[in-house]
Amino acid sequence: MTEPLVEIRGVSKRFTKRLDVAGKIAQRLGANIREETVHAVDNVNLSIQKGEVLGLVGESGCGKSTLGRVVAGIHPASDGQMFYGGKDVATLNGTDKRAATLAIQMIFQDPFASLNPRMRVEDIIGEAPRMHGIVSKAESAEYVDDVMRKVGLDPSLKRRYAHQFSGGQRQRIGIARALAVKPKFLVCDEAIAALDVSIQAQVINLFMDLREELGLTYLFISHDLSVVEHIADRVAIMYLGRIVESASTEEIFSDPRHPYTKALLAEAPRLDQRRRDFAPIEGEIPSPLDPPSGCTFHPRCPVATAECRTTVPELKAGRGGRETACLLEHAETV
Amino acid sequence: MTEVLEVSGLKTHFFTHAGVVKAVDGVDFTVSKGEVMGLVGESGSGKSITGFSILGLIEPPGRIVDGSIRFNGDEIANAPEERLKTLRGNRISMIFQDPMMTLNPVLRVDTQMIEAILAHENVSRQTAWERSRDALGLVGIPSPEERLQAYPHQLSGGMRQRVAIATAFLNQPDLIIADEPTTALDVTIQAQIIHEAQKLTKRTGTAMIWITHDLAVVAGLADRISVMYAGRIVEQGGIDDVIDRPLHPYTVGLLGSVPTANRRGQRLFQIEGMTPNMLALPEGCAFGPRCQALTAACSKRPPIKDVDGRSLRCFNPQRTKETTL
Amino acid sequence: MTDTVTDHSLTTAKSPKVETPFQRFRAEFFESRIATAALGIFLIIVLLAILAPWITPQNPYDLGQVSVMDGRLPPGSEAFDGYTMWLGSDGSGRDLYSAILYGLRISLTVGLASGVIALLIGMAIGLVAAYAGGRTEAFIMRIVDLQLSFPASLVALMMVAALGKGVDKIILALVIAQWAYYARTVRATALVERGKEYVEAAQCLGISRSRIVFRHILPNCMAPLIVVGTVQTASAISLEATLSFLGVGLPQTEPSIGVLIANGFEYMLSGRYWISVFPGVALLMTVVSINLVGDHLRDVLNPRLKR
Repeated sequence: MTEPLVEIRGVSKRFTKRLDVAGKIAQRLGANIREETVHAVDNVNLSIQKGEVLGLVGESGCGKSTLGRVVAGIHPASDGQMFYGGKDVATLNGTDKRAATLAIQMIFQDPFASLNPRMRVEDIIGEAPRMHGIVSKAESAEYVDDVMRKVGLDPSLKRRYAHQFSGGQRQRIGIARALAVKPKFLVCDEAIAALDVSIQAQVINLFMDLREELGLTYLFISHDLSVVEHIADRVAIMYLGRIVESASTEEIFSDPRHPYTKALLAEAPRLDQRRRDFAPIEGEIPSPLDPPSGCTFHPRCPVATAECRTTVPELKAGRGGRETACLLEHAETV
Repeated sequence: MTEVLEVSGLKTHFFTHAGVVKAVDGVDFTVSKGEVMGLVGESGSGKSITGFSILGLIEPPGRIVDGSIRFNGDEIANAPEERLKTLRGNRISMIFQDPMMTLNPVLRVDTQMIEAILAHENVSRQTAWERSRDALGLVGIPSPEERLQAYPHQLSGGMRQRVAIATAFLNQPDLIIADEPTTALDVTIQAQIIHEAQKLTKRTGTAMIWITHDLAVVAGLADRISVMYAGRIVEQGGIDDVIDRPLHPYTVGLLGSVPTANRRGQRLFQIEGMTPNMLALPEGCAFGPRCQALTAACSKRPPIKDVDGRSLRCFNPQRTKETTL
Repeated sequence: MTDTVTDHSLTTAKSPKVETPFQRFRAEFFESRIATAALGIFLIIVLLAILAPWITPQNPYDLGQVSVMDGRLPPGSEAFDGYTMWLGSDGSGRDLYSAILYGLRISLTVGLASGVIALLIGMAIGLVAAYAGGRTEAFIMRIVDLQLSFPASLVALMMVAALGKGVDKIILALVIAQWAYYARTVRATALVERGKEYVEAAQCLGISRSRIVFRHILPNCMAPLIVVGTVQTASAISLEATLSFLGVGLPQTEPSIGVLIANGFEYMLSGRYWISVFPGVALLMTVVSINLVGDHLRDVLNPRLKR
């Protein structure tokens, strides 16, 4: 299987805050405001094979959620192309386009905001399959029951509203809603971050069971390294809109190469380390409005050189064939 | 070690129109000078309400219905507001998940910090300013003179939390209650904040209660740990004992369900069922319906027992299992 | 903030039985005694107005039943036709009790009709603005801003001056004076709702734009609309009274509450207080009761203010 299920090439996403009339006048009068552009995602390439779980790790504001929404088709990309099953999604029309849309579904972080509070569970799950003719109206009730059972929900509760469920159950409703349109690919955006510890394990298990049963492919976005280590086959680490390292899960966790990956791994709290001395990397995550020059990590990097301040490192194979965006890693191959 | 705080039999109930929520229902623990106690639980376990009860910040329809809270030997449960005011922000400080709960958005940082000092001490403004500057330096804020002039909204989330921590430590309190202080922060920033808090407690001998749902954070920071479930502490002991050799089935389950404790790619060990509805708790042990070691004895409320040097609320301690990390 | 103070169990705490959103809303609404009483008073007022032809001794619009002989009688006097005028009579000899109930019919009709029509129009315009975005939105919202920069009474006054008298024309004037409030509310709420994850999920599921707007976003905008609707209806009733008081609203032959107050005004200084005061009290009770209901609706329906 050489052809990836989903591939994105050179994808960027910029958000521009335009000035309104009042802003333009204020600017003329000398006020210190200007149009602001955030490069939330900056020239990212990713490919995900069928059946694979790709973990996307990064801290808040690194653009991982935006990237997930671009992949899920919620935000159009500012630049770049996205391929589903080898076809450029932008060129698709009619039924092909709809098939591609439905094939990629998203699981959201917030189990409250991601379910429409005015709809009953049966409609939340059953609306899209009915609309797209996946099931007939007559079979709809039966179908909804099946999907609910698949995610571990009691079908007798389908007349209820979302607020009558606990956080973990609500997340299951969100998963059922996605599964109802028979997707091939799930984008999970921090899908367990808002849940209680004892419920997180249940939902992770559900994701793993579904992968096995339905042959699903995942883009699993999370800030939690231990969860990604557990569930992912490959991991991509993101910092300020760019991917800084990408490798198999074993490689990332046993032998991290990029200084940022090393810092993330060293600083994640672990159960087996007691009364440890946290010796964190310095500094704040810079604002994506005004990212540092060169390698965006250089102000916090313990091994940065003068070159890192000026040259933007590309994500490419370096020492040992490992993909990083770090000049030092690249230099060592020469 | 001298005991800074001694909580015994604490019960805080909320009288809502839907019924009585026994958010805290018989909690006992002590915290000694210089000690960090991790108070761990899931949402609704009553861990935050315990913190608020100690500070006397419970508002109707809730109130402390029973128990005692002794701070440096004095009873402060249901103490008059005047007395609590002289303690809060002075002898007992609090750090919240959202630093904006303690920071006033319309006042500059220096104004707030200086006032925090002058409210409890009779020193000159200049001295207070110098102390504020030094406090910001201690929590790792670069160029503190500049930051003192900033408004809270001009600071990043991590920076605000540092200011909140610096403010909490300003009057060198005897006790700090930190309620999920790093939950909203990123991994690298969380590590920085924990690092600063650790440094400060060592330096000043301040006792600390660190309330969180994250066992891994507590494991790396605390000396002792109390695990709460449905308003009660179900297991309490030294951090190594509890994390390495948990006895209560709930603690066993929590630790077992962490991904690092499981083989990669395998299903995780999971606790069945849902977090309990606090209005309809089961008779007997509240964890019973989700427990794998349920026996007939569990239909009664388990009392606190001393088992292997820790206090435990369970009839069937899980001695067999050593968690593998 | 409430999350940290109360812990999750308390905000989500509820009895295990199934409770629809409406049942919960109803339970919370009737928790307030003041709002319950206000709603009761408002319903009584509406009932009295509806039943007016059957429970009043006189039809004040029927000139044959009104006798100038009965003019300006104090409360409790006996009318020429033999019934007791408990609230007295006005300058033209109308029984005030009858006149107030008939006046309420007109005032309530005008208020409710203009409220509902303005709500529908404003809702449609606001939704279009929120969903179209860009220039369309900017254009619509500048018109809304422009209109809201004038006092509603001024706009209504200008419209009535241009349209002339009559119930239909007053309703039209009030709709024009008030649609902008609804449009602004709907747009603001719709923008918030549009950014929520359930809308993103609907996009993912390939649900059409129009269906997202009308079936997903609109139902979630109803709560603030209902609140604005009650407050605006109260203000429409008082606006109509104001216009009638100024003599540009409804004609003398069909006296609304405002006309009754205006008629009595000239007698105030001569001690015949009742001609103005009783209609004034009726207007006050109507407007205050609607506003109290509206205030409490806002508390119940706005999750941010919830305890």
